[in-house]
Amino acid sequence: MRNMGRLTPWLYLAAPLGLLVIFTYVPVVSMFSYSLTNWDGVSYDSEFVGIDNYVQLFTRPELFQVFFVSLYYLAASLFQIVVALYFAVVLSFKTRFRNFFKGILFFPYLINGVAVGFVFLYFFKQGGTLDSFLGLLGVQSRQFWLGDPDLVNVSLSSVSVWRFLGLNFVLFLGAISAIPSELYEAAEIDGANRWQIFRSIIAPGIKPILGLVTILSISGSLSVFEIPYIMTGGANGSTTFVIQTVKQAFQFDKTGLASAAAVVLLALILLITWIQRKIVPDERNELA
Amino acid sequence: MHKRALLLAATAAALLAITSACTGGGSAPAEQDALSPTDPSKVTGEVTVLTHRTDLVQDGTMKKYADEFKKTYPNVTIKYDAITDYEGEVKIRMNTENYGDVLMIPAAIQRNDYPKFFASLGGAADLSAKYRFTSNTTVNDKVYGLAGFGGVNGFIYNKEVWAAAGVTKWPTSSEEFLAALAAIKAKGASVPFYTNYKDGWPLSQLGGALGAISCDPKARDKLAAKESPWKAGSDLRAIDTLLFNIVKNQLIESDPATTNWEDSKGLLATGKIATMGLGSWSIVQMQDAAKKAGKDPSIIGYMPFPALPGGKPCAVLGPDYAYAVNIHSKVKPAARAFIDFMTDKSGFAESNQSVAVLKSAPMPAALKPFSEAGVQLIELTQEKAGEVDKIDKLSEIGALSTHDYRQKLVDIARGAAPGDLNGYLDELGKKWVAAVP
Repeated sequence: MRNMGRLTPWLYLAAPLGLLVIFTYVPVVSMFSYSLTNWDGVSYDSEFVGIDNYVQLFTRPELFQVFFVSLYYLAASLFQIVVALYFAVVLSFKTRFRNFFKGILFFPYLINGVAVGFVFLYFFKQGGTLDSFLGLLGVQSRQFWLGDPDLVNVSLSSVSVWRFLGLNFVLFLGAISAIPSELYEAAEIDGANRWQIFRSIIAPGIKPILGLVTILSISGSLSVFEIPYIMTGGANGSTTFVIQTVKQAFQFDKTGLASAAAVVLLALILLITWIQRKIVPDERNELA
Repeated sequence: MHKRALLLAATAAALLAITSACTGGGSAPAEQDALSPTDPSKVTGEVTVLTHRTDLVQDGTMKKYADEFKKTYPNVTIKYDAITDYEGEVKIRMNTENYGDVLMIPAAIQRNDYPKFFASLGGAADLSAKYRFTSNTTVNDKVYGLAGFGGVNGFIYNKEVWAAAGVTKWPTSSEEFLAALAAIKAKGASVPFYTNYKDGWPLSQLGGALGAISCDPKARDKLAAKESPWKAGSDLRAIDTLLFNIVKNQLIESDPATTNWEDSKGLLATGKIATMGLGSWSIVQMQDAAKKAGKDPSIIGYMPFPALPGGKPCAVLGPDYAYAVNIHSKVKPAARAFIDFMTDKSGFAESNQSVAVLKSAPMPAALKPFSEAGVQLIELTQEKAGEVDKIDKLSEIGALSTHDYRQKLVDIARGAAPGDLNGYLDELGKKWVAAVP
């Protein structure tokens, strides 16, 4: 009977652990082993090439240059965090139609990324939704939102903001509502205004979530894929690191090199997470 | 803590052991044959056919072929597996044994690997006497695939628009072609040349003129030599220079980044687009679009690349996807019977106005203007196809397989990327030469 008791948690864990191992750890380990070969992705034979793929990655500057595009998405996600935080704070107070606005903000996140890409293709088309809207405001736009090399990444990253704003917003909102309401009441009795409430109660209360969102944003902007892949296919200087990796693997049949690139991306994200943890340690919520 | 680390190390070792076994996956199966059955009544089984023609499976056309096939082979059932991302998905499935009984050979499979994935369909000498394009799928004198149909390369155009601009004869040089497009632009009603830049792959169709400009059957094999495919006077240089000048002279759509392939068919039919660079397989689709738009399908014209090698225009006759039989298939005779049906009896090529693989079949009606104009038709030799494909991928240019480098070329021509034509083609040439062993 006692043995059964010790086994029970493992029984419950078996399904999620099994899925995690099969769909996450096994692929990661095999990806690492592919990265040491020159396998083309389908052939029966492949040669062991050691760290050659990694050497290539770090000696061919054009393979790392694409990270420059990620800066656009990084800037966009900073903007996104600020806006999400603003809405989360505003809607955590008693606001008219707040549930309606919560729905509107979160809705885009529920749409499939591929569908978002197609919708925004029409949005950015010449004479499309955006141009018509600007026309109504009296601005005659002659911009090629996706064709202009200076604009394309701005356009694409703004789609990404539109799509992921809702996720950040919900995370912030959740953190804010976890703060005990007595604190607000006490603050109000003491005569604190909204800004003071935000600075002294809300901001410290959501610090751990802010850290999490920052990590998600950085790793997200390093591994952008869906939206630019659907909308431009990486043309016109909008290639991101992941698009480049997919092309290496499936256009040029360099599964080995692509796997090495994926391992490097993983290592990069782990490194950034580690640095962030060092700078902003995950201390216990002071308010709880 | 120690215990945890130990557990972690043990798990990692176990995972490595599991996965190292499937890196590049085991040993290749022994060669097998899938020969044509002689007695239809004895052939049985369910044949799964992997196809990229999702459109034909959806509208029931493929079902009709299966029903027709069943009349001769009553004990065989055909099941289609239509795949939208055919290349990407089938390549991954081919790491297992489960990739249908009949499939189209994906471009990613190297020629020398054919015997490891597909059953042989017969000797090269026998099959090449009966069918076209067998040299494209022959390894060690055995044929591993039969093309569904073939086609030529060139430009598809709206005859009314061209005639309205005063151009009634096919241009015979790049300069004449540019002048014709300029005349169409001057009329102001149509986009002279639609690049389909956003979808990209139509740009790679332009590469079909490789061999047509010099009318040299060895043009593709010659790319295996240690010299730039874009050297002065080469076919690829002529193709890419023409594209560059079309874009530079602003004879294309105003915003290439938002082109739409499905829409482009209707736009060509209604004359909003004058010309596109596509293989002759596109003729049927454009004619259908014309019918849908309430136009006469005969306004769709097709012309060869504007060049006169030896005084006559020239076009390369090339195969579409080739049918092959999975080496692991348990119903090989039935699978082979279906391939024979599609190539010999189905009339698939005819209804698509393409060139049948059966050498005895007549040329399609769509290519009548070609024979009337005395266009020379050549097939490219494939002796060094394996090497050339390898260089193409190793160099990461994809000159013969993808469109990225032509998108960049269009970007340079429209001023959206730095550089100039000669500099870019020289750079590509250097990358290519560096990848030649």
